[in-house]
Formats: sequence, C-alpha cells, structure tokens
Amino acid sequence: MSKPILEIEHVTVSFDGFKALNDLNFSMSEGELRVIIGPNGAGKTTFLDVITGKVQPTLGIARFKGHNLSKRSEHAIARLGIGRKFQTPRVYLNLTPRENLELSCNRSKNVVSMLFRKPPPAERRTVGGLLETIGLDHKADIPAALLSHGEKQWLEIGMLVAQSPDLLLVDEPVAGLTDEETTKTGELLLSLAESHSIIVIEHDMEFVRQIARQVTVLHEGSVLCEGTMDEVQNDPRVIEVYLGDPNASQHAA
Amino acid sequence: MVAIAVILIGVLPLVLSSFRLRVLERFLSLAIVALGIDLIWGYTGLLSLGHGIFFALGGYALAMHLNLLEALPAGRIPEFFGLYGVNELPLFWEPFYSFPFTLLAIIIVPTIVAGFLGYLVFRNRIRGVYFSILTQAALVVFFNFFNGQQQLINGTNGLKTDTSPLFGQLVGSTAMQTRLYMATVVILVGMYALCRWLTSGRFGRLLIAIRDDENRVRFSGYDPTSFKVLMFAVSGAIAGVAGALYTVQSGIVSPQYMDIAFSIEMVIWVAVGGRGTLIGAVFGALLVNWARVILSENFPAVWLFFQGALFLLVVTVLPEGIVGWLRTKAISQVRSLLGMPEPLITYPSLELDPGVQEERRELADKQP
Repeated sequence: MSKPILEIEHVTVSFDGFKALNDLNFSMSEGELRVIIGPNGAGKTTFLDVITGKVQPTLGIARFKGHNLSKRSEHAIARLGIGRKFQTPRVYLNLTPRENLELSCNRSKNVVSMLFRKPPPAERRTVGGLLETIGLDHKADIPAALLSHGEKQWLEIGMLVAQSPDLLLVDEPVAGLTDEETTKTGELLLSLAESHSIIVIEHDMEFVRQIARQVTVLHEGSVLCEGTMDEVQNDPRVIEVYLGDPNASQHAA
Repeated sequence: MVAIAVILIGVLPLVLSSFRLRVLERFLSLAIVALGIDLIWGYTGLLSLGHGIFFALGGYALAMHLNLLEALPAGRIPEFFGLYGVNELPLFWEPFYSFPFTLLAIIIVPTIVAGFLGYLVFRNRIRGVYFSILTQAALVVFFNFFNGQQQLINGTNGLKTDTSPLFGQLVGSTAMQTRLYMATVVILVGMYALCRWLTSGRFGRLLIAIRDDENRVRFSGYDPTSFKVLMFAVSGAIAGVAGALYTVQSGIVSPQYMDIAFSIEMVIWVAVGGRGTLIGAVFGALLVNWARVILSENFPAVWLFFQGALFLLVVTVLPEGIVGWLRTKAISQVRSLLGMPEPLITYPSLELDPGVQEERRELADKQP
C-alpha cells in the first residue's frame, strides 16, 4: 500500500453545538478513487469543506501529503494541489469555456505575473487539449452562460483538471444529468483516476456502481463503514441508516 | 478614443467660449473619477460610495503646494494660518514645497489610503452592500475630520488656488486654464488606456471572475484579496488625480468634495453611461453634468428632480446604461419602432442542411 495522500484524524466540526462531523477518521492512499455515500445530512459536504479550508475543524487535524491543512486559506490549499468541483456547476458565466480553462490552468497566480506575463504556449496547448476532452471545442468561444447544464458540469470538471491537482474532490457530478451524460461523466472520471487521486460524493447508486472501487459510508458525521460496493450494500448497518430500522420504529411505536 | 481626444483638443477650444470651455474641462476631470469608479464597480463588483475621499485627498495635495507657492515670495506661511493663531507651518506641510513631491503625493496618498482601507475590508471578506456602507462611513469620517481641522488645513473654508502662481502664471488665468484643459484631455486618455489595459487580457478576465463568483476563484488557487486591494488602490489613485485637476479648475478645494451626495453622483454617472464599459463612464459623466448645467440655467428649481428621474429611468428601462443599451439592444429596438421585423437568430448549419432545404422546397410547392 502506498503512502496516504489524505489523512483526517479525529475531526469534529460543530456549528453552534450541532456536530456536522463527529470524530471523523479517514485516510486514502495516492492514486485511489474513493466514493463517499451517505444519507442527507450525513456531513458529506462539510467533509469536503474541511479539506478545502472553507470550514475550520473544531477539533482534530486534516493532513494532505503530510501538510496540516488547518489555518490555511482556501487559495493556499488549492495551490497545494487540491481541486474541488461543487455540487451545482460553478463556472464563470460571463467568460467563455476557453477563458474559464485558461484561468484555472494558469500556474503563476499572483498579481504581478497576472499583469505582466503572457501565458506560455504550453498552457494554451493544454487548454486546447482539454476542450477536446470535455467535448466543448466547438463551443470554446461563446459565453459559458449559453452552455447546457451537462456541458457546464463537464466544463467545471475540465477546470478542475486544468488546475492539475493531485487530489480531486467531486461533489455530486451527475446531479440533474441525463442517463447518457451520466455514463459519459463516469467514463471521464475513470480515465482521470488513472493519473489522479479522486474523492467522489454521490447519491446516484447506479452511478456509484459504475465507478466505485472503494466506498465509504458516512452517517451522522462519522464513518459508518468502508469496503467494496457489494460489501457495503450488504452491511446491515448501511441498510438500516438508508431504510430505517424496522425494529426500531416498532419499538418507538 | 484618440479621435475624440483630437476633437476635444483641436476643435472645441476654437468653438466654445472660454467660460464653456472651463465648464467642460471640469467635467472631463469628473469623467476621470467616473473611469476609476467603473474600474472597480463595473469590472470588480465593488460599489464604492466613498470616492470623494480620494478625490479630495488629491485636491488637497495640490492645493497645499499652491498655497505655499503663493506665500513663498513674502517668506510667510499661507495667510489663513494667521486667523487661527498658527505661526509655525505644521510639519506635514513642509514636503509640499517641492513640486515633484506634490505630484507624487497626488497619486500616492490616495493609493495608500485606498489600499489600506481596502486591505482591512477585503481581508475580512466584507462584500456587497456592507462594503458600500463602510466606504460611505469612511467618507463621513474624513469629511468631519477635514471640516474640523481649521488650524491644519483651514477646515470648512477649504484652500483657494486661483491666485497662486504656477509655472510663472496665475492658476486662475485664461492661458493657464487652456493649458490645464489640454492636460486634462491627455490625462483622461491616459487613464482610459490604463483602465483598458487592466480590464483586458487574462487579468481583466480574472477580475470578471472575482466579480461573478469570488469564492470559486479561491478554490482555483487565486487570492482575490490582493487583486481587489490593487484595483481599489488604482481606482483611488485615479480619483486623486481627477481631484487635483478639478481643484485647480474650480479654484478651491474644500471638505464639500467629500459630501455624501457628490460621491453618490459619481456612481450615478457610471450607471447612466453604462457600467463595465469604461467609455460609458466618461460619456455618462459628461452627459449628466452637461444636462445639469443646461437645466439648472433654465429651470434652477427642478434640476434635482430631473437627476432623480434620470437615475430611476436608467435603473428601470436601461439597466445596462446608455452605452450598454447601444451595444446590445438598440438596433433591434429601433428596428421594431420603425415597424421592421426583428432579425431572426438562425443556425447556419441548419440552413445548409440538404434535408431542410428539401422540406422548404416542398412547402413552397404546395403553396398556390
């Protein structure tokens, strides 16, 4: 087993006493594709917020390649090599897909070099290649506001890749997509998994089955269980949190 | 822009009376502030209601130098100090004996104040309407401070510049004012070019990205704070230069430049002209101010109503401003007013599709 790229140790996040994450422990190794599932309110999005610096853990530590992530701001974490795709596609609507990708692809992100340096030709080639990969080369120069929902999702995945992070965090990539688009998105993620570590958060079980190797189930802010898709689906505790425990409800009644 | 500048320099001085020219030159200075506002409002999404601060700071810097020059031959300190029993020149006036220092201060002082204010605000991620309120609060603080400091800068009376010598001529003289007019046009063009440069290319696209979704920009690895501080500082510097020009053109700088209504008016000019267009800011500043002169000459009582109505009209009917409207909707709306059909958006690939052409022929055949 290779060394872990991400380690979460005893992380608790509490909002005014409500524990969105409760003593969460998690670790994944480099090159892994991990799917995280869990019922609504299990803390999946908060989990990503902690990793990307949007939320500071109340207790515990998150480490990425050995760097402690707490007290770092979002852009510093992004520069360490963590990229995030949001639940709803967030692309810059007033810019074209090409410009969107160029901004993400750019390596020198300080004020001075943004003003005075021309983007190197290698970056322009990368952008051109990415536009082809995400199938937007024929729409590269129209405003992103005119793209369809699915195209925006892909554009955002493209922006993520353009950043060339080591770890990709993908939050519900297929929400609101057609079946065909869902399958294509799954293929895209699988091909990305060959060269990146990826965490995917998803509700759509069909889709999870398509891409999942290792699955982690979150429940009430902690890890409930981990394993392959089949193991997880047959785990009685998982069935219980998803469907409710028939005995428990009888007792309650 | 260059063509307009040529007209402004070459033609208008011959056509307009010197009084009108002096009015125009002041409006050109105001157009420079409007550019600064458009830079941060239209492109970076920061609505500042406190640009009067930077405008006044630039004005005061130049006025202090001119007041010292006026008093210099007699070996005295500026006259107003006597009124308040001040016999020693306050220390911070000393460097303003130097003309190069003054020129630098016109730019640097507003830059530093804007940069400092911006850093405090943006670092704490204060945005939107809270930012606007803070800038207005800062404006009130500066206004009251300048108003109250008679012994330092003549308080509410302000500093007069008309009777000061500059390059061997009185600032208020016609020859001097004509030169100032030329300088204003050149500076306006220069500032326009600066703003164009900042808002084009990758840097400009990042500004738009920050305006539209600042948090997303953070997750792409950019630190929006530094970009916003820079833009706010540049915008402050532009306002400072404009304020210095306006001061020597009007003959006085006073805390009135930091009046709340004046800073809001600056925003109105940009809204009327069209934000996010730069040229619209210049156009809006000139248009609204000319309208004010014309209307207040003829109907002194109603000008303020007209200004309010203009703003309401723009917000409701032309939310993109006049220039924005001209660029996007004007052609089709004028066509429909003239009774011409609106041009349809077509798909060229569809037109060329042989199947579609075939169907069209069939339809045409069926018609008698």
